[in-house]
Amino acid sequence: MKKINNERFVGLSASVLAILCGLLFGFILLLVTNPSQAVNGFLMIVQGGFTDGMKGIGDVLYYATPIIMTGLSVGFAFKTGLFNIGASGQFAAGAFAAVFVGIKWTFLPAGIHVIVCLIAAILAGALWGIVPGLLKAYFNVSEVISGIMMNYIGMSLVNLLIRTSIYDQLKNQSLPVAETAVLSKMGLNKVFDGANINAGIIIAVICVILVYIILEKTTFGFELKACGLNTNASKYAGINEKRNIVLSIVIAGALAGLGGALLYLAGSGKFLQVLDVVAPEGFAGISVALLGSSNPIGILFAGLFIGYITVGGYNMQLYGFVSEAIDIIIAAIVYCGALSLLFKTLIYKFQMKKRNKNNKKEEA
Amino acid sequence: MNILYFIIQQTMYFAIPLLIVAIGGMYAERSGVINIALEGIMVMGAFVGISFISIFQDSMNGQLLLILAILVSGVVGGIFSLLHAFASINMKADQTISGTALNMFAPAFAIYVARMVQGTQQIAFTDTFYISKVPVLGDIPVIGDMFFKNCYIITYIGIAIYLVAAYVIKNTKYGLRLRACGEHPGAADSVGVNVAKIRYSGVIVSGVLAGIGGIVFVVPTSTNFNATVAGYGFLAIAVLIFGQWRSNKILMAAFFFGIMKTLSSAYSAIPFLNALPVSSEIYKMFPYIATLVLLAFVSKNSQAPKAEGIPYDKSMR
Repeated sequence: MKKINNERFVGLSASVLAILCGLLFGFILLLVTNPSQAVNGFLMIVQGGFTDGMKGIGDVLYYATPIIMTGLSVGFAFKTGLFNIGASGQFAAGAFAAVFVGIKWTFLPAGIHVIVCLIAAILAGALWGIVPGLLKAYFNVSEVISGIMMNYIGMSLVNLLIRTSIYDQLKNQSLPVAETAVLSKMGLNKVFDGANINAGIIIAVICVILVYIILEKTTFGFELKACGLNTNASKYAGINEKRNIVLSIVIAGALAGLGGALLYLAGSGKFLQVLDVVAPEGFAGISVALLGSSNPIGILFAGLFIGYITVGGYNMQLYGFVSEAIDIIIAAIVYCGALSLLFKTLIYKFQMKKRNKNNKKEEA
Repeated sequence: MNILYFIIQQTMYFAIPLLIVAIGGMYAERSGVINIALEGIMVMGAFVGISFISIFQDSMNGQLLLILAILVSGVVGGIFSLLHAFASINMKADQTISGTALNMFAPAFAIYVARMVQGTQQIAFTDTFYISKVPVLGDIPVIGDMFFKNCYIITYIGIAIYLVAAYVIKNTKYGLRLRACGEHPGAADSVGVNVAKIRYSGVIVSGVLAGIGGIVFVVPTSTNFNATVAGYGFLAIAVLIFGQWRSNKILMAAFFFGIMKTLSSAYSAIPFLNALPVSSEIYKMFPYIATLVLLAFVSKNSQAPKAEGIPYDKSMR
């Protein structure tokens, strides 16, 4: 038991070390580009969401919501040994479905309408996930390549559907959704003093808990993880690995699709743009999942952390820095996370030294 | 006939960068290291290469500048890929993680530096590299019209790179060793091959070629660099898998995709396609759908390198 605890401790401290190294790298970057303002700019990053009081914290939660969802999507698939690089396409499909239903199905009563929007997003995301899933399970097509293809197909298809159904020609974007389709603020905007926060973050947290329960407490989750660890062994143990592969990506797609709905139904003045750009939230989800080492709870905190320093990045612009510094820092953190072996051995060595010292003391 | 020439000339612009980068990716993967960072390395190569052009275009002109810029891009790509090699070979890291980190880093870095230095994100350059007709060769009937008109020197550099790379991996001692490290590193190690060294070389080759691929993609298709290569690094990975990690199939895959891409982006200049009542988005989707359908047929017997993505651990031999 003690050994497991120590492993967890070492794993956690390795993550913290990775974050510190990433921040240090960011500080050096700021120092090199503008030495006189570097300290101020860096303080802004570290203060992150706390700079603007409650509004800042609310904004952190708002930014974190979609990337927690895409992070869950990528992390869930990782657990089954699949790399869901297609989260972007699933995110876009979900976002479109939600916005479409939000604009067109105004005959639905208030209260029901927004729920139908969310369900539409979940279905659309799942539909976008089922294609790579089936191709992987029955045709042995790498989910990485089919995911990439589905991202581009999704991008163009969403653009086409927006232009033919819910198009605001003047602004080259989607029309605003009906009032009844906007996620409830639930009084949170009062608590957080005018931030863009809404019920989305609560839905995201519920999803985190659901994913945790599925993975850790159910037979189905156990089977999924078994497939991820060793496909042949799980096949031998009588697990239907094909079904599990499909279900895993479908659920991952549903999570990403719901993320799209949570962002575009937030009522924060964000519209679907008709651009030839694959949704960046999906790729952000990959780093969130990696930072949180594919653990749902870890993903929640990783999403919050990235939301936190993203707000810091906006504030940093006050001192003449470009907010992309945040992306550089996140990349550095993810990279350092990849070096966790290095950190872990360092920590083990440190612990050994300490223990040896203690032993010597006892001997003396 | 003119339309056919036009399609072939356009196809070159799209297919050559894909071909170079996918061949680079092949070197990394056949040595046993998954390099998902190709996109980021392309961005990095293109960023430094285009900056180089933009700085020196007043003092230098034409093809020499382009060749120097290509060299610079290659060197930068190679150096940048060292980060991935270090993480995945020395640190035995999960290769998708460090690759993703590089993919995130490159565009952010390019935007950051560009905006800090010149205030705007785009780096503009003047296209002085366009060749409307190659002397002598361009006068050959049919072939001259197809391959030696409206082109860039990079087309020929790209094909030369492909030929050399395909030859080296198939027919040299080094190529054999590289392939052995991707299939069964333990066996290679047992006969005295330095697996780490070979894998380093594989990743560096992929970095150099991806860096070159970055600038080769940007020069013919744009007049400014906006910190993106439009997902071509990921497409190159798709071409690599589509080509089953084999150089001759990669060539076909790259040109298949190049033709599809040409039809989808230049359809308005091709009369019989333009006449069809189909919207532009359908054409844009077409290359990707076609690839998916084809993949479903050809993927049953995947020939992926067996030890791909698995860090080599001597004690596990």
